[in-house]
Amino acid sequence: MENAITVNGLEKTYDKNAVLRGVSFDVEAGSIFALLGSNGAGKTTTINILTTLIEADAGRATINGFDVATQQDKVRQQISLTGQFAAVDDILTARENLELIADLRHVPNSAKTAQDLLERFGLIDAADRRVTTFSGGMRRRLDIAMSLIGTPAIIFFDEPSIGLDPEARNGMWETIRTLANTGTTIFLTTQYLEEADQLADKIAILHGGTIVATGTARELKQLVPSGVVELTFHDETERAAATRVLEPCYQVATSDGMKLTVATSNRIEQLAQLFTHLRDARIEPVDFYQRSPTLDDVFLKITSREPGEH
Amino acid sequence: MSRTLKDTWTMTKRSLRHIVRSPDTIITVVLMPIAMMLLFVYVFGGAIGQTTDSVNYVDFITPGIIIMAVVSGIAYAAVRLSVDVHKGIVSRFRTMPVAPSSILAGQVASSTLSNLVSSLLVLAVAFVVGFRSDAGPGEWLIFAVLLVLFTLATTWLAIFFGLLAKTVEGAGAFSYILLLLIFISPAFVPTDSMTPILRRFADNQPMTPVIETMRSLLTSGTAGGSVWTAVAWCVGILVVMYLASLWIYKHKAISVSG
Repeated sequence: MENAITVNGLEKTYDKNAVLRGVSFDVEAGSIFALLGSNGAGKTTTINILTTLIEADAGRATINGFDVATQQDKVRQQISLTGQFAAVDDILTARENLELIADLRHVPNSAKTAQDLLERFGLIDAADRRVTTFSGGMRRRLDIAMSLIGTPAIIFFDEPSIGLDPEARNGMWETIRTLANTGTTIFLTTQYLEEADQLADKIAILHGGTIVATGTARELKQLVPSGVVELTFHDETERAAATRVLEPCYQVATSDGMKLTVATSNRIEQLAQLFTHLRDARIEPVDFYQRSPTLDDVFLKITSREPGEH
Repeated sequence: MSRTLKDTWTMTKRSLRHIVRSPDTIITVVLMPIAMMLLFVYVFGGAIGQTTDSVNYVDFITPGIIIMAVVSGIAYAAVRLSVDVHKGIVSRFRTMPVAPSSILAGQVASSTLSNLVSSLLVLAVAFVVGFRSDAGPGEWLIFAVLLVLFTLATTWLAIFFGLLAKTVEGAGAFSYILLLLIFISPAFVPTDSMTPILRRFADNQPMTPVIETMRSLLTSGTAGGSVWTAVAWCVGILVVMYLASLWIYKHKAISVSG
């Protein structure tokens, strides 16, 4: 399969703060690629470099074979960007927003393009209202509709579901899947493992300015414990005792003095074993619950790894 | 070329819609200079008017009032552009295959058009309060050309500050400096009444030749000796600010960081 995006050794420093320290990855044409990372990991910086908004200090990136630094016009013909905040014109109506972008992309019939998108995104009733009266979800839908004009080969989504309620988020995911089915390459950033899991063919985890892991959702999950138990103890002494008992058998982490996070599978057998350990040591937690792994746990696992270990 | 022109027209249409749909800004832009004119004519005019020799005081200050209307008008061009920057709309345009000059020139074209309209309104009120001119069509044409040149130059200045502004509120602040320059010029009082240092400054700053040329055209029917200095200032500011704005648009990270 051909690569739609290639990224090699990207570096970017802001005011002595190295945000990207050599980021490399490839994105296959027609696939959905998720760049996963916490707030401030450099996801938006990466997207800004790939969409020609900012220049990298070092490294090279290509979009459908065109260099983002030296062939900006060619790159811009291949892409469109849907940012974190809906970049829509409040003073214009929804229809005027769409026609504006259609005119700038020199689409043959901008009025028809606008009408079709208004219908497709359920905005037809609000088509001639000024966008300033729109809800957050409607603005987001308009924003995406604007990104689709001119059928760009690659669409960038910067945190597409941020600030959306669950229903709107599901709608967003559906839109992204539909786009991918028509052959569009999707590059999205997210801080939610679940979102990457739901959508992406391939995930890269950005942490500390580099890509610390890449793979399919299934491959990444094998790096992470399938479940986590959070235990709360009466005091720090109890917690320390529990740490001593559990450490030899489990991966444990302390988030605050009285709490302990224990990585385990969510199988009943393993859970029973965990509590047996505690009972045998006569340690009684005051509270406990079992939860699915979060991105934090993925990071905990990946970033606590010894150098060279895989 | 035709693509660039078409894009510029698309952007001009958008910007004109913004102007027409925010009537409050139109009113502010026109009302403030008109209020100043009435203040100068009816309150200060009696006292200051004695210093302007043979020239009727309304005729004396009309060019300065028009320049003032332009300066408050371009401040809104900076604010509108700054809103686009901070809402990510400029980032959207920057990721599209559209010439930077088209995106910015659309703002400039609409600002120039709206400023010509407000200049006409100010002129109309001036007529009502007694402004008269013997200038022929030729003088009015030169007057209009100089006004357009001045508006273009200061609008590109506004674009520059609009792109640079850290906040939308701060985007129009530069226009206060321009307003101050109007006051430290022969717009309302002849410069010979100023202290020597101020007078030296006033005689050598860009507002002075522009205002003096406009006044000369309307009151004595000739462009006067300052016309080329006025044109040179306007063209100089226009070229420098055009290049500086385009450079910032292309190279500076004006996207909202996240």
